[in-house]
Amino acid sequence: MLNKTASLEDAIATLRDGMRIGIGGWATRRKPMALVRALARSSIKDLTVHAYGGPDIGILAACGKIKKLVFPFVSLDHYPLEPHFRAARQTGLQVLELDEGMFHWGLRAAAMQLPFLPTRVGIGTDIIKQPELRMVKSPYDDGEELVAMPALKLDAALLHCHRSDAAGNVLTLSPDPFFDELFARAADHVIVSCEKLVPTADLNMRENARFNFVERSQIKVVVEAPLGAHPTSANPDYQIDLAHLKQYVDSASSPEAWAAYRAAFIDIPHADYAAAIGGREKIEAIPAVIY
Amino acid sequence: MSETPYTLAELLIAAASDAWRGDGEILATGITPIPRIAAALAKATYAPQLLMTDAEVYFTVDPVPPGKRHVPIEIEGWAPYDRTFSLLWSGKRHAMVAPVQIDRFGQTNISVIGNHAKPKSAMLGARGFPGNSIYHPNSFFFPTHTARGFVAGEVDFVCSAGYNRERFAGRPFPKGLDLRLIVTNLAVLNFGGPDHAMQVVSLHPGVAFEQVQENTGFPLHRPDTIGITPAPTAHQLHVIRTVIDPNNVRDSVIKPERAA
Repeated sequence: MLNKTASLEDAIATLRDGMRIGIGGWATRRKPMALVRALARSSIKDLTVHAYGGPDIGILAACGKIKKLVFPFVSLDHYPLEPHFRAARQTGLQVLELDEGMFHWGLRAAAMQLPFLPTRVGIGTDIIKQPELRMVKSPYDDGEELVAMPALKLDAALLHCHRSDAAGNVLTLSPDPFFDELFARAADHVIVSCEKLVPTADLNMRENARFNFVERSQIKVVVEAPLGAHPTSANPDYQIDLAHLKQYVDSASSPEAWAAYRAAFIDIPHADYAAAIGGREKIEAIPAVIY
Repeated sequence: MSETPYTLAELLIAAASDAWRGDGEILATGITPIPRIAAALAKATYAPQLLMTDAEVYFTVDPVPPGKRHVPIEIEGWAPYDRTFSLLWSGKRHAMVAPVQIDRFGQTNISVIGNHAKPKSAMLGARGFPGNSIYHPNSFFFPTHTARGFVAGEVDFVCSAGYNRERFAGRPFPKGLDLRLIVTNLAVLNFGGPDHAMQVVSLHPGVAFEQVQENTGFPLHRPDTIGITPAPTAHQLHVIRTVIDPNNVRDSVIKPERAA
């Protein structure tokens, strides 16, 4: 029987300085926050981080882990501007800014082991004026000039799902799988955290197969991390914690406020995290945010 | 004609709801509350065929009011982000968005104020603006029409493409580039002037052309006749107030001064 399970700390210890890391989820939804916090606590540095960004990016930026950010946006949705990301950006954090669809296209190119995939997206904008992007001419009669979206090859990806068995058979039960499959396929080394580690039979795969976003051979390490997406959502298990996000936003108001937030929620073992945020029952009782 | 008093927000919603006229069976997206309520008004009045989402992941039979939900929502389909990209790349969508800056070409910016490498103010990032701008029709909403939003020259970081020939190096504009309405607190504008110049289509009651021009960082085309933005009809007001924005989110966006 394959056993890919590891502790959060051991999982993060499989990463190296300077890696190209992809982080799954979308803004305030199903971000692998327990893995992100463990990475923030580690000594790993100089990362090129790729994400549809939320508080994952703010935390890693504020903890000085990001050498370069590849992103289409960073937002906390209800609080549209991510204060820690903004602070990093405004002091010159190196970036490659992409359209949301181009970003997906870059992951897909990497997943297909292609150097690039052509697209029109970016034409007419400042996106294509960034030096990382080049044009390609269609070899067919149309001769169209297209953007050659380069593969966003990842050394590692961090993802959060709802259920997994020890072999890495995963289920993402939320209504939008986002692009976690492509992150998994674009990366050489995939670490998945799950709300609950279960025996294979309990995955009820006959009923749930459509929620199995990638095959286990793509997944290297499995970490059980209950509330591992908090303060982002892992719908249907729990919803976005807006009150906590507000606390997080306010933590950008001063170095002291950030130090206090970091001490209370980041520099603690994950085993203590549920208690730090008020307990599992409180989090499960939070109603869905209505947009 | 409506005898019912109405707010500026309601005037803007009614004006903006015209954006989807003639669009057929496409996805109508309104980002930020006023455009969203405007798209809902279009669907609830003259365009029931429009697809709309719950602003998260499902298509809904009826437009979903922003804020607290008073009736259960009937879901008619699935709209995860992957599908949303596929859909928008088909062109079957018309979005109304609320950028921070727009220029005379219709190029818009939600990324940064200042220099891209080290911005004075970092905002969201380009999001889906680059793709949206060349694949499907786009309209724009500005709650405050100022020269800081309607900038001279080009926007600080061009997130969405506009009618700027220099950026297409002699090639024709992409066939999906189709910029429609701009609705602001002063006027309704479009790109119907010579060579896609931005022009004033109608002035809101009590607003002069000069006031719009003074708050715009580039010359606007002034057509021979400029209408007055029509008041919302009694039916539109009824639908806005009771069906599509019963929580009165519109008043939290634009203070309820009377437009007329």
